[in-house]
Amino acid sequence: MPTKPAGTLYRGREGMWSWVGHRITGVVIFVFLLVHVLDTSLVRVSPEAYTAVIGAYKNPIMGLGEAALVAAIVFHAFNGLRIIAIDFWKKGPKYQRQLLWGVLALWAVTMIPFLIRHLTIVFSNFFGGH
Amino acid sequence: MSSNVIDAPRSNSAESPKYKRSKGSGSSFEMFAWLFMRLSGVVLIVLIFGHLFVNLMLGDGIHAIDFGFVAGKWSNPFWQFWDLAMLWLAMLHGTNGVRTIINDYAERSGTRITLKTVLFVASAVIIVLGTLVIFTFDPCPAGAVVDLPSFCPVP
Ligand code: HEM
Ligand code: HEM
Repeated sequence: MPTKPAGTLYRGREGMWSWVGHRITGVVIFVFLLVHVLDTSLVRVSPEAYTAVIGAYKNPIMGLGEAALVAAIVFHAFNGLRIIAIDFWKKGPKYQRQLLWGVLALWAVTMIPFLIRHLTIVFSNFFGGH
Repeated sequence: MSSNVIDAPRSNSAESPKYKRSKGSGSSFEMFAWLFMRLSGVVLIVLIFGHLFVNLMLGDGIHAIDFGFVAGKWSNPFWQFWDLAMLWLAMLHGTNGVRTIINDYAERSGTRITLKTVLFVASAVIIVLGTLVIFTFDPCPAGAVVDLPSFCPVP
């Protein structure tokens, strides 16, 4: 009876979970992009149509969705650089785990100022008006 | 201790599941696809981070976006080519990434071919549509009244 390989070098550890995260964020961004090009194409229909649909992106719920999308992109981007380092840098495979902590640190450093600015714009305009 | 040794992928040994796929074509397409994922990724960081910074962080952020905002950007060839490069690279990168995922999970040849056909058709439609939108864009459409950029002639 064929059995599963017993190796645990990779399974269930940082290497595997970063791969799962990279895969899921990649698909999410791709699906967003298909819709995003469709809604941007409304500029060819009429200014009214575009501005009406884009208006839906300005309520707080969508504001949180945009924050989640940016979080996914920033992770995918920095982890992509980690994958490139693992492939091309001699010591990359050895330090792949430390590189992942680096990715998560950079992710936090990028997301904190982004969230402060973006959520301020989203919520102050919604509650305070112009 | 042999159970602790991990077989090379696709080796069809007793421990690894039987490999049922047909052999690769022997062309170097997959190597170029692998390289393209890395090169396009590096360029996309600049393009997408720049796009997000200008559209979400500057000025009034997401609240400033309307028809006039897009017209202002696309009246400048710099942003037209920025968006064109971002469209093509992100779509090719994403399509190739999803192709890999389909290859990984769809075991049957028929399922695989069907899913990839749907993927390629959808991607081609989006790339063509996005390209046409950038280059046929008219910032001052006749008869329109709302949200026009300030440089349009007053009707
Ligand atoms: C919530 C975040 C985002 C907002 C508010 C946004 C907004 C916009 C706007 C207003 C445009 C019109 C032209 C311009 O401003 O350059 C545009 C176009 C475009 N965006 Fe975004 N964008 C976002 C995220 C993204 C992401 C993550 C990607 C890439 C994966 C992307 C890819 C594109 C592309 C390729 C175009 C050109 C579309 C075409 O050719 O018709 N955008 N976006
Ligand atoms: C922001 C810059 C980006 C970087 C640095 C980047 C980097 C990478 C790298 C290095 C890979 C691995 C390829 C491989 O394993 O052979 C990858 C996979 C992938 N990327 Fe990106 N990428 C970026 C943006 C995007 C965008 C905008 C999309 C969607 C339109 C996307 C979707 C995917 C998908 C679906 C995969 C396949 C995941 C898998 O096979 O598990 N990526 N990316």
